[in-house]
Amino acid sequence: MKIDLTDTTASKINKALVKGRRAIGTPAVGMVLTMVIVTDEENAYDSIKAAEDASHEHPARTLVVIKRHARSPRDRTKSHLDAEVRVGADAGTGETVILRTYGEVSDHADSVVLPLLLPDAPVVVWWPVNAPEVPAKDPLGSLAQRRITDMYAVEQPLVALEARVRSYAPGDTDLAWTRLTPWRSMLAAALDQARTKIISAAVESEAENPSAELLARWLGARLDVKVDRVVTAGPVVTAVRLGTDKGEIVIDRPEGPLATLTLPGQPSRTLALKVRPTSELIAEELRRLDADEMYAVALRGGGTKETPRHV
Amino acid sequence: MSDESTLPAATVEAPAADAPPKPEQAAKPEKAAKAAKAFEGDLGSEDDWDNPLRDPGDRRLPLIAGPSGLVIFGVTGDLSRKKLMPAVYDLANRGLLPPGFSLVGFARRDWEDEDFAQIVHDSVRDHARTEFREEVWQQLAEGMRFIPGDFDDDAAFEQLRAAVEELDASRGTSGNYAFYLSVPPKFFPKVVQQLKKHGLANAPEGSWRRGVIEKPFGHNLKSARELNRVLHDVFDPEQVFRIDHYLGKETVQNILALRFANQMYEPVWNRSYVDHVQITMAEDIGIGGRAGYYDGIGSARDVIQNHLLQLMALTAMEEPIAFDAESLLTEKLKVLKSVKLPEDLGEHTVRGQYAAGWQGGEQVSGYLEEDGIDPQSSTDTYAAVKLEVDNRRWAGVPFYLRTGKRLGRRVTEIAVVFQRAPHSPFDSTATEELGANAIVIRVQPDEGMTVRFGSKVPGTSMEIRDVTMDFAYGESFTESSPEAYERLILDVLLGDANLFPRHQEVEESWKILDPIEEYWGTHGRPAQYASGSWGPEEADEMLARDGRSWRRP
Repeated sequence: MKIDLTDTTASKINKALVKGRRAIGTPAVGMVLTMVIVTDEENAYDSIKAAEDASHEHPARTLVVIKRHARSPRDRTKSHLDAEVRVGADAGTGETVILRTYGEVSDHADSVVLPLLLPDAPVVVWWPVNAPEVPAKDPLGSLAQRRITDMYAVEQPLVALEARVRSYAPGDTDLAWTRLTPWRSMLAAALDQARTKIISAAVESEAENPSAELLARWLGARLDVKVDRVVTAGPVVTAVRLGTDKGEIVIDRPEGPLATLTLPGQPSRTLALKVRPTSELIAEELRRLDADEMYAVALRGGGTKETPRHV
Repeated sequence: MSDESTLPAATVEAPAADAPPKPEQAAKPEKAAKAAKAFEGDLGSEDDWDNPLRDPGDRRLPLIAGPSGLVIFGVTGDLSRKKLMPAVYDLANRGLLPPGFSLVGFARRDWEDEDFAQIVHDSVRDHARTEFREEVWQQLAEGMRFIPGDFDDDAAFEQLRAAVEELDASRGTSGNYAFYLSVPPKFFPKVVQQLKKHGLANAPEGSWRRGVIEKPFGHNLKSARELNRVLHDVFDPEQVFRIDHYLGKETVQNILALRFANQMYEPVWNRSYVDHVQITMAEDIGIGGRAGYYDGIGSARDVIQNHLLQLMALTAMEEPIAFDAESLLTEKLKVLKSVKLPEDLGEHTVRGQYAAGWQGGEQVSGYLEEDGIDPQSSTDTYAAVKLEVDNRRWAGVPFYLRTGKRLGRRVTEIAVVFQRAPHSPFDSTATEELGANAIVIRVQPDEGMTVRFGSKVPGTSMEIRDVTMDFAYGESFTESSPEAYERLILDVLLGDANLFPRHQEVEESWKILDPIEEYWGTHGRPAQYASGSWGPEEADEMLARDGRSWRRP
């Protein structure tokens, strides 16, 4: 069910949510968190879709904040808020409210979002594209326990990476890091099997790939070795090589979802390493809402082997 | 979980004057570290090698089973095709199996490895929970082997040993194997002895060999002990995993979370507030094609001895000192050992057999008319028993356990029914429609929890009636929670025995059931009940004697 509201306020939106829920006959609220998506019109559709898919695992109220720019200068000064309320089958397993802000209210989006947060439930903010310079200090970001950015989706990923390093606060996380989980878990499993000291390491990827950079920094910090970066044609991360006394441990994924794992003294075998869709990444992010300390370690890279407790 | 509160369970009745201890956040990573240690210990390290890529603070990394393989006996059976093989695939798809994981099938079929792979492929496609992905399949398929043969066939077991050794070399399974006996129980001794004879049960230095068996774990105390003797002769008692798939279910694990991670339930979880507990497992199907297995066993041995007594132990037990196999076993054993049978078994136990009738719009035949059943059979398809737990917490609170086939609908639930309020300021007409408060844990289907309490009916007069507050799993957490078998197979490979009943529990459970079966064996015949109903009238009478009635689940 969809309810359109023009030139509205947060309290009218709240009323519409209650009305929508009553209309579909489920007055109980089984949602576990509020997800705030801050995006532009261009990326809104894909992000909402990903959030709705993820809501099957984590029923959520999704608030989508879209800043609109009016065409004429006169309209630009006029401040107003439009909302689209979706409940029931139109909104995954939760509720979705799409907020379009015009004019001055765009700078005070937090005043609209705050009354719409679920009581007592955690808040997650996700910027699918352009994240603020310091997410934790952003008016919307400061409402959240978890702030999700995506360095892969910006013009200059490595510049964004440096910005993330400077601005890190507990609760920050990035989808470029989330994408690495299968790689990292396979590397850890390979090392469980090899049980030997690593003396060198290399990460191969396409140029300017922030995930590869994070992977290299994480390996450097954890293994205490210098990690070489090799640029290949991609796609994304193509291989990781860990050198040992007895030979190399290699996970090689030249193309497609099928990788090969080679351990010293053992025949190579295949591994499934799929590039996951955004909805799965978001679902993984929502599984734990406490600070991701290992992400901080990966951002900082070598030098800090201990997990920092407070940053 | 348990480290969040250090209040001993015995203090629950004390007034909550002293502030509860603050949950200690720091304790959690330590726990994870311990788990990681235990996991590494599994790999049999002589040195203290720590994997630098693992860190207890890194909680994204799933606990992947170490290098290992699974050998399934009776791989052509229903359970294997519908549950085990799809579960293995789902695990692989979720990235929880180690690279090089190998699956070996053993059965009396003239198959090649490829034929076996095809059978697995089909069963995965039909029954897996997660989507079928070619690359995951390819990873799995490379490690599949099939050994044709009889359980008597020495040559086949030699071949199995060769296959295991070949896999160690070609897939790096490091000698770690779990042997899953998905075969009728009469073959258990044969198979494990063959494993022993051919040196398959002996783990090489630094690796493990585990035996996995399905119920029934014997049919009385004597046979259970005999079975345990046979198994423990071959496998270390710690390396025998008894599958009770109910314990792998999310809701069942949630009983512990509900009770011991929360503050609001435990204070009322005792005889001062609870009137009685009903544990029900109802099936809407008959015995189907299982006549050979079922006749002579019956529902009490089939269900009460394992599933229901386990659910009861989890509901009634005290707080374990830690969430590990040893502590859980200790607490569950205490409950099972303190179970007291009613003095008059005739008054407080009931058995029944389904008669012909209409069930859910279908006409069905009675138990005695089923194919392969002796028309004189006195096997029970319905059983209800009253048990008491003789300890301070539960003295005088009856636990009613019932199970049956061809009942109204398929449901498993634990209902904790509370006493009525000792005093009501409302007049009796206002509370006429008010029943007893209850917490119902729905184990299956529609996993979740219901709390039942009284609420004012909107309007000008004061009228109070029962309402329910519902927590559904599908709603608040994952859309499809992992299948019980997924969890259990992974736990076997990880060597985590939390969710597996130990042989002591099995023996204690038989000690509870044996006297009841003996009584039934010498007194009367099972009562007949219409298919599609909620059991024989005798069962209703049994509760009426205590001034109670069964909940309609």
